[in-house]
Amino acid sequence: MAYHRITTTINGATDVVDVPSNMTLLQMLRDKLALTGTKNGCAAGECGACTVLFNGEAVNSCMVLAVEADGADIVTVEGLAHDSQLDPLQELFVSEGAVQCGFCIPGMLISARALLDRRPNPADHDIRDALSGNLCRCTGYVRIIKAVKEAAKRGHAEPA
Amino acid sequence: MLTAHPGLPEFDYIKPKTLAEASAFLAEHSKDARIFVGGTDVFVRMRDGFWKEKYLVDVKGLEGMKSVSFDPRAGLTIGAAVNMNQIAESAEVKAHYPLLAEAAHSVASFQLRSRATIAGNICNASPAGDTIGAGMVFGGSLSVHGVGGFRREPLDGFFLGPGRTQLQAGDVVTAVHLPLPPKGAAGKYIKLGRNNIGDLAIIGVTALGWRDGETPSGYRFRIALASVAPVPLVPVAAEKILAEKPITDAVIAEAANAAMEAATPIDDVRGSARYRKLMVRNLTKQAVAEVWGRIQ
Repeated sequence: MAYHRITTTINGATDVVDVPSNMTLLQMLRDKLALTGTKNGCAAGECGACTVLFNGEAVNSCMVLAVEADGADIVTVEGLAHDSQLDPLQELFVSEGAVQCGFCIPGMLISARALLDRRPNPADHDIRDALSGNLCRCTGYVRIIKAVKEAAKRGHAEPA
Repeated sequence: MLTAHPGLPEFDYIKPKTLAEASAFLAEHSKDARIFVGGTDVFVRMRDGFWKEKYLVDVKGLEGMKSVSFDPRAGLTIGAAVNMNQIAESAEVKAHYPLLAEAAHSVASFQLRSRATIAGNICNASPAGDTIGAGMVFGGSLSVHGVGGFRREPLDGFFLGPGRTQLQAGDVVTAVHLPLPPKGAAGKYIKLGRNNIGDLAIIGVTALGWRDGETPSGYRFRIALASVAPVPLVPVAAEKILAEKPITDAVIAEAANAAMEAATPIDDVRGSARYRKLMVRNLTKQAVAEVWGRIQ
Protein backbone atom coordinates (compact mmCIF):
# COMPACT_ATOMS: atom_id res chain seq x y z
CA MET A 1 0.00 0.00 0.00
CA ALA A 2 1.21 3.46 -0.88
CA TYR A 3 2.46 5.96 1.69
CA HIS A 4 2.18 9.70 1.25
CA ARG A 5 4.24 12.49 2.76
CA ILE A 6 1.87 15.29 3.70
CA THR A 7 2.38 18.74 5.13
CA THR A 8 -0.41 19.86 7.34
CA THR A 9 -1.00 22.59 9.89
CA ILE A 10 -2.45 21.30 13.12
CA ASN A 11 -3.46 23.75 15.84
CA GLY A 12 -1.22 26.36 14.26
CA ALA A 13 1.93 24.22 13.95
CA THR A 14 3.01 22.81 10.62
CA ASP A 15 3.86 19.11 10.59
CA VAL A 16 5.23 16.74 7.97
CA VAL A 17 3.74 13.27 8.40
CA ASP A 18 4.02 10.02 6.45
CA VAL A 19 0.63 8.35 6.20
CA PRO A 20 -0.64 5.21 4.48
CA SER A 21 -3.47 5.63 1.97
CA ASN A 22 -6.09 4.04 4.19
CA MET A 23 -5.33 6.01 7.38
CA THR A 24 -8.12 8.31 8.47
CA LEU A 25 -7.46 11.81 9.75
CA LEU A 26 -8.77 10.58 13.12
CA GLN A 27 -6.21 7.76 13.24
CA MET A 28 -3.44 10.17 12.29
CA LEU A 29 -4.38 12.62 15.04
CA ARG A 30 -4.74 10.01 17.75
CA ASP A 31 -2.21 7.33 16.84
CA LYS A 32 0.55 9.26 15.07
CA LEU A 33 0.37 12.66 16.74
CA ALA A 34 -0.98 11.65 20.17
CA LEU A 35 -3.75 14.25 19.96
CA THR A 36 -6.19 12.04 21.84
CA GLY A 37 -8.65 14.81 22.67
CA THR A 38 -10.44 13.90 19.43
CA LYS A 39 -12.46 10.79 20.21
CA ASN A 40 -13.23 7.66 18.22
CA GLY A 41 -16.92 6.94 18.73
CA CYS A 42 -18.85 5.23 15.96
CA ALA A 43 -16.21 5.39 13.19
CA ALA A 44 -19.07 5.78 10.71
CA GLY A 45 -19.81 9.52 10.60
CA GLU A 46 -22.82 9.33 12.90
CA CYS A 47 -21.80 10.40 16.41
CA GLY A 48 -19.58 13.46 15.93
CA ALA A 49 -17.10 12.56 18.72
CA CYS A 50 -14.25 12.90 16.20
CA THR A 51 -15.26 16.35 14.91
CA VAL A 52 -12.38 18.67 13.96
CA LEU A 53 -12.13 21.88 11.95
CA PHE A 54 -10.81 21.22 8.44
CA ASN A 55 -10.00 24.56 6.79
CA GLY A 56 -12.51 26.10 9.22
CA GLU A 57 -15.33 23.65 8.50
CA ALA A 58 -16.54 21.05 11.00
CA VAL A 59 -15.99 17.53 9.64
CA ASN A 60 -16.01 14.03 11.12
CA SER A 61 -12.31 13.12 11.10
CA CYS A 62 -13.19 9.41 10.89
CA MET A 63 -14.65 10.16 7.45
CA VAL A 64 -11.64 12.02 6.03
CA LEU A 65 -8.43 10.40 4.84
CA ALA A 66 -5.24 11.66 6.46
CA VAL A 67 -3.73 12.16 2.99
CA GLU A 68 -6.54 14.60 2.18
CA ALA A 69 -5.20 16.87 4.91
CA ASP A 70 -2.14 17.67 2.78
CA GLY A 71 -1.96 21.47 2.76
CA ALA A 72 -4.96 21.78 5.06
CA ASP A 73 -5.40 23.68 8.30
CA ILE A 74 -6.72 21.44 11.08
CA VAL A 75 -7.95 22.50 14.51
CA THR A 76 -8.66 19.93 17.21
CA VAL A 77 -10.00 20.46 20.73
CA GLU A 78 -6.39 20.85 21.89
CA GLY A 79 -6.16 23.95 19.71
CA LEU A 80 -9.13 25.84 21.13
CA ALA A 81 -7.31 27.35 24.09
CA HIS A 82 -4.73 30.07 23.44
CA ASP A 83 -1.96 31.28 25.77
CA SER A 84 -3.35 29.26 28.67
CA GLN A 85 -6.69 30.98 28.12
CA LEU A 86 -9.64 28.67 27.51
CA ASP A 87 -11.96 29.37 24.62
CA PRO A 88 -15.11 31.09 25.99
CA LEU A 89 -17.01 27.96 24.92
CA GLN A 90 -14.80 25.80 27.13
CA GLU A 91 -15.26 28.16 30.08
CA LEU A 92 -19.03 28.14 29.64
CA PHE A 93 -19.16 24.35 29.27
CA VAL A 94 -17.46 24.22 32.69
CA SER A 95 -19.51 26.89 34.42
CA GLU A 96 -22.84 25.70 33.01
CA GLY A 97 -22.11 22.10 34.05
CA ALA A 98 -22.45 20.92 30.44
CA VAL A 99 -20.01 18.04 30.90
CA GLN A 100 -21.06 14.67 32.27
CA CYS A 101 -18.92 11.72 31.13
CA GLY A 102 -17.12 14.04 28.73
CA PHE A 103 -16.68 11.74 25.76
CA CYS A 104 -18.77 13.84 23.36
CA ILE A 105 -17.43 17.17 24.60
CA PRO A 106 -14.44 17.64 22.25
CA GLY A 107 -16.75 17.16 19.27
CA MET A 108 -19.44 19.37 20.79
CA LEU A 109 -16.90 22.15 21.38
CA ILE A 110 -15.56 21.98 17.84
CA SER A 111 -19.05 21.96 16.27
CA ALA A 112 -20.05 24.89 18.49
CA ARG A 113 -16.84 26.78 17.60
CA ALA A 114 -17.55 26.26 13.89
CA LEU A 115 -21.09 27.56 14.41
CA LEU A 116 -20.01 30.71 16.27
CA ASP A 117 -17.33 31.38 13.66
CA ARG A 118 -19.85 31.33 10.81
CA ARG A 119 -22.82 32.72 12.77
CA PRO A 120 -21.75 34.72 15.83
CA ASN A 121 -25.34 35.36 16.91
CA PRO A 122 -27.14 32.03 16.42
CA ALA A 123 -30.81 31.44 17.10
CA ASP A 124 -31.73 28.48 19.30
CA HIS A 125 -32.62 26.36 16.30
CA ASP A 126 -29.24 27.17 14.71
CA ILE A 127 -27.50 25.77 17.79
CA ARG A 128 -29.61 22.61 17.78
CA ASP A 129 -29.06 22.21 14.06
CA ALA A 130 -25.29 22.73 14.33
CA LEU A 131 -25.01 20.19 17.16
CA SER A 132 -27.40 17.65 15.66
CA GLY A 133 -24.45 15.57 14.44
CA ASN A 134 -22.98 15.33 17.96
CA LEU A 135 -24.54 12.66 20.11
CA CYS A 136 -24.37 12.80 23.92
CA ARG A 137 -25.28 9.48 25.48
CA CYS A 138 -25.55 11.11 28.93
CA THR A 139 -28.22 13.26 27.23
CA GLY A 140 -26.80 16.48 28.60
CA TYR A 141 -28.06 18.52 25.69
CA VAL A 142 -29.95 21.18 27.65
CA ARG A 143 -26.87 22.50 29.43
CA ILE A 144 -24.69 22.11 26.36
CA ILE A 145 -27.07 24.27 24.34
CA LYS A 146 -27.26 26.78 27.17
CA ALA A 147 -23.45 26.97 27.32
CA VAL A 148 -23.24 27.68 23.58
CA LYS A 149 -25.92 30.38 23.88
CA GLU A 150 -24.05 32.05 26.74
CA ALA A 151 -20.77 31.87 24.84
CA ALA A 152 -22.42 33.58 21.87
CA LYS A 153 -23.72 36.34 24.14
CA ARG A 154 -20.32 36.78 25.73
CA GLY A 155 -18.73 36.99 22.28
CA HIS A 156 -20.96 39.98 21.58
CA ALA A 157 -20.38 41.62 24.94
CA GLU A 158 -16.60 41.58 24.45
CA PRO A 159 -15.84 42.34 20.82
CA ALA A 160 -12.32 41.29 19.94
CA MET B 1 -9.89 -10.69 17.53
CA LEU B 2 -13.15 -8.79 17.45
CA THR B 3 -12.50 -5.19 16.51
CA ALA B 4 -15.13 -2.68 17.52
CA HIS B 5 -13.82 -0.15 15.04
CA PRO B 6 -12.29 -1.81 12.05
CA GLY B 7 -10.18 0.63 10.05
CA LEU B 8 -10.44 1.05 6.31
CA PRO B 9 -9.15 -1.91 4.31
CA GLU B 10 -5.96 -1.43 2.32
CA PHE B 11 -6.13 0.59 -0.90
CA ASP B 12 -3.98 3.07 -2.79
CA TYR B 13 -5.04 6.69 -2.83
CA ILE B 14 -4.78 8.16 -6.32
CA LYS B 15 -5.04 11.87 -7.07
CA PRO B 16 -5.08 12.51 -10.81
CA LYS B 17 -4.03 15.93 -12.10
CA THR B 18 -6.37 16.11 -15.06
CA LEU B 19 -9.76 14.75 -16.05
CA ALA B 20 -8.16 12.85 -18.92
CA GLU B 21 -5.80 11.16 -16.48
CA ALA B 22 -8.71 10.34 -14.13
CA SER B 23 -10.85 8.83 -16.89
CA ALA B 24 -7.95 6.83 -18.31
CA PHE B 25 -7.04 5.41 -14.88
CA LEU B 26 -10.65 4.56 -14.02
CA ALA B 27 -11.19 2.89 -17.39
CA GLU B 28 -7.97 0.90 -17.12
CA HIS B 29 -8.84 -0.28 -13.60
CA SER B 30 -12.59 -0.60 -14.12
CA LYS B 31 -12.86 -3.60 -11.77
CA ASP B 32 -10.83 -2.34 -8.85
CA ALA B 33 -10.92 1.47 -8.82
CA ARG B 34 -13.61 3.77 -7.50
CA ILE B 35 -14.07 7.52 -7.47
CA PHE B 36 -14.56 9.29 -4.19
CA VAL B 37 -15.19 12.91 -3.35
CA GLY B 38 -16.59 13.30 0.17
CA GLY B 39 -16.33 9.61 0.98
CA THR B 40 -19.48 9.66 3.11
CA ASP B 41 -20.87 6.62 1.29
CA VAL B 42 -17.63 5.07 0.02
CA PHE B 43 -15.78 4.89 3.36
CA VAL B 44 -18.76 3.38 5.15
CA ARG B 45 -19.22 0.72 2.46
CA MET B 46 -15.50 -0.12 2.53
CA ARG B 47 -15.27 -0.19 6.29
CA ASP B 48 -18.24 -2.55 6.39
CA GLY B 49 -16.52 -4.85 3.92
CA PHE B 50 -19.00 -4.40 1.05
CA TRP B 51 -16.55 -2.69 -1.28
CA LYS B 52 -12.95 -3.85 -1.69
CA GLU B 53 -11.46 -1.53 -4.30
CA LYS B 54 -7.68 -1.48 -4.71
CA TYR B 55 -7.67 2.18 -5.74
CA LEU B 56 -9.65 5.17 -4.52
CA VAL B 57 -9.48 8.03 -6.98
CA ASP B 58 -9.87 11.49 -5.45
CA VAL B 59 -11.26 13.81 -8.14
CA LYS B 60 -12.23 16.81 -6.04
CA GLY B 61 -9.09 18.76 -6.89
CA LEU B 62 -9.85 18.77 -10.62
CA GLU B 63 -10.75 21.94 -12.47
CA GLY B 64 -14.23 23.38 -12.01
CA MET B 65 -15.27 20.81 -9.42
CA LYS B 66 -15.65 23.27 -6.55
CA SER B 67 -17.68 26.12 -8.07
CA VAL B 68 -21.40 26.92 -8.07
CA SER B 69 -22.66 29.31 -10.71
CA PHE B 70 -26.07 30.63 -11.64
CA ASP B 71 -26.77 31.99 -15.10
CA PRO B 72 -30.15 33.77 -15.41
CA ARG B 73 -30.49 32.37 -18.94
CA ALA B 74 -29.21 28.83 -18.45
CA GLY B 75 -29.73 27.92 -14.81
CA LEU B 76 -27.56 26.44 -12.11
CA THR B 77 -24.27 24.54 -12.41
CA ILE B 78 -23.00 22.79 -9.30
CA GLY B 79 -19.44 21.46 -9.43
CA ALA B 80 -19.28 17.81 -8.42
CA ALA B 81 -17.17 18.58 -5.32
CA VAL B 82 -19.40 21.37 -3.97
CA ASN B 83 -20.57 20.25 -0.56
CA MET B 84 -24.15 20.11 0.70
CA ASN B 85 -23.63 22.93 3.23
CA GLN B 86 -22.55 25.24 0.41
CA ILE B 87 -25.76 24.39 -1.45
CA ALA B 88 -27.96 24.74 1.62
CA GLU B 89 -26.42 28.17 2.35
CA SER B 90 -25.91 29.51 -1.20
CA ALA B 91 -27.81 32.77 -1.72
CA GLU B 92 -28.43 31.92 -5.38
CA VAL B 93 -29.66 28.42 -4.64
CA LYS B 94 -31.96 29.73 -1.90
CA ALA B 95 -33.30 32.44 -4.21
CA HIS B 96 -33.96 30.29 -7.30
CA TYR B 97 -34.03 26.66 -6.12
CA PRO B 98 -35.11 26.77 -2.45
CA LEU B 99 -36.35 23.20 -2.84
CA LEU B 100 -32.79 22.03 -3.48
CA ALA B 101 -31.43 24.00 -0.50
CA GLU B 102 -34.13 22.41 1.68
CA ALA B 103 -33.32 18.90 0.43
CA ALA B 104 -29.56 19.42 0.91
CA HIS B 105 -30.14 20.68 4.44
CA SER B 106 -32.15 17.55 5.28
CA VAL B 107 -29.09 15.33 4.77
CA ALA B 108 -27.45 13.88 7.90
CA SER B 109 -25.53 16.35 10.08
CA PHE B 110 -23.53 19.53 9.52
CA GLN B 111 -20.25 17.57 9.64
CA LEU B 112 -21.46 15.08 7.04
CA ARG B 113 -22.75 17.90 4.83
CA SER B 114 -19.28 19.48 4.91
CA ARG B 115 -18.18 16.46 2.91
CA ALA B 116 -21.26 15.10 1.13
CA THR B 117 -22.04 16.37 -2.37
CA ILE B 118 -25.09 16.54 -4.64
CA ALA B 119 -23.18 14.75 -7.40
CA GLY B 120 -22.19 12.02 -4.95
CA ASN B 121 -25.76 11.66 -3.75
CA ILE B 122 -26.84 11.18 -7.37
CA CYS B 123 -24.00 8.82 -8.38
CA ASN B 124 -24.44 6.68 -5.28
CA ALA B 125 -27.91 6.06 -6.72
CA SER B 126 -29.55 5.08 -3.47
CA PRO B 127 -33.33 5.19 -3.86
CA ALA B 128 -33.26 7.14 -0.56
CA GLY B 129 -31.02 9.96 -1.87
CA ASP B 130 -32.48 13.20 -0.50
CA THR B 131 -31.35 15.57 -3.25
CA ILE B 132 -32.11 13.33 -6.21
CA GLY B 133 -35.81 14.27 -6.20
CA ALA B 134 -35.01 17.97 -6.54
CA GLY B 135 -32.62 17.17 -9.39
CA MET B 136 -35.35 15.21 -11.14
CA VAL B 137 -38.30 17.61 -10.72
CA PHE B 138 -36.19 20.48 -12.04
CA GLY B 139 -35.23 18.34 -15.06
CA GLY B 140 -31.53 18.21 -14.15
CA SER B 141 -28.63 16.64 -16.00
CA LEU B 142 -25.00 15.74 -15.37
CA SER B 143 -21.79 16.76 -17.10
CA VAL B 144 -19.78 13.58 -17.48
CA HIS B 145 -16.17 13.25 -18.59
CA GLY B 146 -15.44 9.81 -20.03
CA VAL B 147 -12.66 8.31 -22.10
CA GLY B 148 -14.33 9.81 -25.19
CA GLY B 149 -14.53 13.34 -23.71
CA PHE B 150 -17.47 15.28 -22.28
CA ARG B 151 -21.15 14.43 -22.60
CA ARG B 152 -24.45 15.25 -20.89
CA GLU B 153 -26.54 12.65 -19.05
CA PRO B 154 -30.12 13.63 -18.20
CA LEU B 155 -31.25 12.44 -14.76
CA ASP B 156 -34.40 11.12 -16.41
CA GLY B 157 -33.37 7.55 -17.22
CA PHE B 158 -30.04 7.80 -15.35
CA PHE B 159 -30.94 5.39 -12.55
CA LEU B 160 -31.02 1.66 -13.33
CA GLY B 161 -31.27 0.15 -9.84
CA PRO B 162 -29.89 0.59 -6.33
CA GLY B 163 -26.30 1.80 -6.88
CA ARG B 164 -26.57 1.31 -10.65
CA THR B 165 -26.57 4.14 -13.18
CA GLN B 166 -25.81 4.90 -16.81
CA LEU B 167 -22.20 5.70 -15.87
CA GLN B 168 -19.54 3.63 -17.61
CA ALA B 169 -15.98 2.73 -16.65
CA GLY B 170 -13.85 5.85 -16.91
CA ASP B 171 -16.71 8.27 -16.33
CA VAL B 172 -16.23 11.18 -13.97
CA VAL B 173 -19.24 13.38 -13.18
CA THR B 174 -17.93 16.94 -13.11
CA ALA B 175 -21.11 18.94 -12.50
CA VAL B 176 -24.85 18.83 -11.93
CA HIS B 177 -26.98 21.20 -14.02
CA LEU B 178 -30.47 22.41 -13.25
CA PRO B 179 -32.27 24.42 -15.92
CA LEU B 180 -34.08 27.62 -14.93
CA PRO B 181 -37.07 26.79 -12.75
CA PRO B 182 -40.50 27.30 -14.39
CA LYS B 183 -41.78 30.82 -13.76
CA GLY B 184 -43.59 31.12 -10.42
CA ALA B 185 -42.77 27.55 -9.42
CA ALA B 186 -42.93 26.46 -5.79
CA GLY B 187 -41.54 23.25 -4.33
CA LYS B 188 -41.59 21.13 -1.21
CA TYR B 189 -39.49 18.24 0.07
CA ILE B 190 -41.01 16.18 2.85
CA LYS B 191 -38.69 13.64 4.40
CA LEU B 192 -40.02 11.03 6.76
CA GLY B 193 -37.23 9.83 9.03
CA ARG B 194 -37.18 7.97 12.31
CA ASN B 195 -36.09 11.24 13.92
CA ASN B 196 -36.09 14.85 12.82
CA ILE B 197 -32.43 14.99 11.94
CA GLY B 198 -29.82 12.86 10.39
CA ASP B 199 -31.70 9.75 9.43
CA LEU B 200 -32.04 8.25 5.98
CA ALA B 201 -35.48 8.75 4.46
CA ILE B 202 -38.10 6.09 5.28
CA ILE B 203 -39.78 7.79 2.38
CA GLY B 204 -39.25 11.19 0.77
CA VAL B 205 -41.64 13.21 -1.38
CA THR B 206 -40.41 16.00 -3.63
CA ALA B 207 -43.06 18.12 -5.37
CA LEU B 208 -42.68 21.07 -7.72
CA GLY B 209 -45.69 22.92 -9.17
CA TRP B 210 -46.31 25.92 -11.37
CA ARG B 211 -49.03 27.61 -13.43
CA ASP B 212 -49.13 26.25 -16.97
CA GLY B 213 -51.50 27.65 -19.58
CA GLU B 214 -51.19 24.54 -21.71
CA THR B 215 -52.65 21.98 -19.31
CA PRO B 216 -56.41 21.53 -18.79
CA SER B 217 -56.02 22.15 -15.04
CA GLY B 218 -53.92 25.26 -15.60
CA TYR B 219 -51.10 23.80 -13.49
CA ARG B 220 -48.31 21.32 -13.86
CA PHE B 221 -46.69 19.29 -11.09
CA ARG B 222 -43.53 17.22 -11.02
CA ILE B 223 -43.25 14.66 -8.24
CA ALA B 224 -40.38 12.36 -7.24
CA LEU B 225 -40.53 9.71 -4.53
CA ALA B 226 -37.57 8.43 -2.50
CA SER B 227 -37.16 5.02 -0.83
CA VAL B 228 -40.20 3.41 -2.43
CA ALA B 229 -38.75 1.60 -5.46
CA PRO B 230 -35.37 0.31 -6.72
CA VAL B 231 -34.80 3.74 -8.28
CA PRO B 232 -36.01 7.27 -7.46
CA LEU B 233 -39.59 7.10 -8.70
CA VAL B 234 -41.66 9.58 -10.70
CA PRO B 235 -45.38 8.78 -10.25
CA VAL B 236 -46.41 9.76 -13.77
CA ALA B 237 -50.10 8.90 -13.23
CA ALA B 238 -50.27 11.32 -10.28
CA GLU B 239 -48.66 14.11 -12.34
CA LYS B 240 -51.17 13.44 -15.15
CA ILE B 241 -54.17 13.74 -12.84
CA LEU B 242 -52.92 17.10 -11.56
CA ALA B 243 -52.38 18.37 -15.12
CA GLU B 244 -55.75 17.22 -16.44
CA LYS B 245 -58.37 17.72 -13.73
CA PRO B 246 -59.33 21.06 -12.20
CA ILE B 247 -57.47 20.99 -8.89
CA THR B 248 -59.51 20.49 -5.74
CA ASP B 249 -58.78 18.73 -2.47
CA ALA B 250 -60.42 15.62 -3.91
CA VAL B 251 -58.23 15.70 -7.02
CA ILE B 252 -55.09 16.13 -4.89
CA ALA B 253 -56.23 13.11 -2.85
CA GLU B 254 -56.77 11.16 -6.09
CA ALA B 255 -53.26 12.06 -7.28
CA ALA B 256 -51.80 11.08 -3.91
CA ASN B 257 -53.55 7.74 -4.23
CA ALA B 258 -52.04 7.27 -7.69
CA ALA B 259 -48.59 7.99 -6.21
CA MET B 260 -49.22 5.31 -3.59
CA GLU B 261 -50.24 2.85 -6.31
CA ALA B 262 -47.03 3.56 -8.24
CA ALA B 263 -44.81 2.88 -5.21
CA THR B 264 -43.30 -0.60 -4.82
CA PRO B 265 -41.41 -0.32 -1.54
CA ILE B 266 -39.72 -3.04 0.50
CA ASP B 267 -39.78 -3.92 4.19
CA ASP B 268 -36.55 -2.96 5.94
CA VAL B 269 -35.26 -1.77 9.31
CA ARG B 270 -36.58 1.72 8.73
CA GLY B 271 -40.17 0.78 7.92
CA SER B 272 -42.53 -1.79 6.42
CA ALA B 273 -43.65 -1.71 2.80
CA ARG B 274 -47.25 -1.17 3.89
CA TYR B 275 -46.34 1.79 6.11
CA ARG B 276 -44.28 3.28 3.32
CA LYS B 277 -47.11 3.03 0.80
CA LEU B 278 -49.58 4.69 3.16
CA MET B 279 -47.11 7.45 3.96
CA VAL B 280 -46.48 8.04 0.26
CA ARG B 281 -50.20 8.75 -0.06
CA ASN B 282 -50.35 10.99 3.02
CA LEU B 283 -47.18 12.96 2.37
CA THR B 284 -47.76 13.36 -1.38
CA LYS B 285 -51.13 14.85 -0.50
CA GLN B 286 -49.51 17.17 2.03
CA ALA B 287 -46.67 18.24 -0.30
CA VAL B 288 -48.92 18.86 -3.32
CA ALA B 289 -51.51 20.74 -1.23
CA GLU B 290 -48.81 22.98 0.21
CA VAL B 291 -47.30 23.70 -3.21
CA TRP B 292 -50.72 24.33 -4.73
CA GLY B 293 -51.52 26.76 -1.91
CA ARG B 294 -48.41 28.74 -2.86
CA ILE B 295 -48.89 28.89 -6.65
CA GLN B 296 -52.60 29.68 -6.93
